[in-house]
Amino acid sequence: MSDEEEDLILDELDDEELVLQMYDDLYDGMADEIDEAVRILLKREWQPYDILTKALVEGMRIVGIDFRDGILFVPEVLLAAGAMKKGMAILKPLLIETGAPQLGKMVIGTVKGDIHDIGKNLVAMMMEGAGFEVFDLGINNPVEDYIDAIKREKADILGMSALLTTTMPYMKIVIDTMVEQGIRDDYIVLVGGAPLNEEFGKAIGSDAYCRDAAVAVETAKEFMARKHNQRA
Amino acid sequence: MKTLILACGALAREVLALFELNNWQHMELHCLPADLHLRPEKIPDAVAAAVNEARGKYDRIFVAYADCGTGGLLAARCQELGVDMIEGPHCYSFFEGNAAFAARGEVTSFYLTDFLARQFDAFVWKPMGLDKHPELRDIYFGNYEKLVYLAQTEDEALTQAAQRAAEKLGLPFERRFTGYGDLGAVLGKL
Repeated sequence: MSDEEEDLILDELDDEELVLQMYDDLYDGMADEIDEAVRILLKREWQPYDILTKALVEGMRIVGIDFRDGILFVPEVLLAAGAMKKGMAILKPLLIETGAPQLGKMVIGTVKGDIHDIGKNLVAMMMEGAGFEVFDLGINNPVEDYIDAIKREKADILGMSALLTTTMPYMKIVIDTMVEQGIRDDYIVLVGGAPLNEEFGKAIGSDAYCRDAAVAVETAKEFMARKHNQRA
Repeated sequence: MKTLILACGALAREVLALFELNNWQHMELHCLPADLHLRPEKIPDAVAAAVNEARGKYDRIFVAYADCGTGGLLAARCQELGVDMIEGPHCYSFFEGNAAFAARGEVTSFYLTDFLARQFDAFVWKPMGLDKHPELRDIYFGNYEKLVYLAQTEDEALTQAAQRAAEKLGLPFERRFTGYGDLGAVLGKL
């Protein structure tokens, strides 16, 4: 990073420059700078929802593209996510107060036998950022936890994640149980995780395989729009 | 009958040790880079390219990989290529023995083999960015409860290296001697 950038005073940037700077700071995982920029935008009377979507989510979308293209790797994405999380921590209570739009509700969790939650946590964060309410079941979830939660939470979407080839078949057990209970079509089922692919997603009866958090958000929005159209 | 063992680089020492131990002179070893494990989606294409290059030069080609995070894609590719591979999800499993590993059902253990104990920094610590950002450690490893070193050999230096790795990751340490597990049995049938 150049000296010029190090000396940057965020408060002196106009809104457009500041948002662009936030993209850079998210990309570089600079959590303190994101914290400061979010507070500046709030002081300038930006709506919390606009800060979230136009600055943070858009910035993370760029991070997601470069991760997909092999320019960024997991550590950089985690640092970026950490920075976004810091910004979201400021915005979350304000979003509740200001009644930001809710696009739908998702129950998400890592499947039984699997304790890996990095991807799942990223998806949960991006979904929240995009305006979904997220109920996170955490790791190592048996089928009954998923089924109980989607019913109890009146979820629109069930998200399942697995990192291991040994645990990913468990997603089919969950979907088959939903079919047996006659509730499969009441929910959008999205699956993801490093060893999965589109074929696997189709074969187990999910609605879609999402290769990364940004794709999960776009896919969820698309399915929710279809759901609304069906109801209309 | 000449057989090519097309193996993951992480198995090179072990395969060569088995060649020597059993005097398997009909086998040759060719390894693909072990760091393919950092991008497992690239393994099927890399294996296919190596199999196609070796075809005609050997009577038989055997792929010394397990599924290794490819989600069944490597098995499907091997089937297309008409070559056999090792059964099981990964080397941790076949070193311990696939049946025993599955029966144990451990989900909160992080495993090292001899290779990974030797190459911990190059294959775990640095690729995960922990050399530059140690603060990410608990994001990666916070859900693990222990580090299990599955030892292929009796080597005090490696045990100490594995123990140091456990300390770096903040996990309790356990050592289990596995020897070569199913690897020896599978290669022995070729």
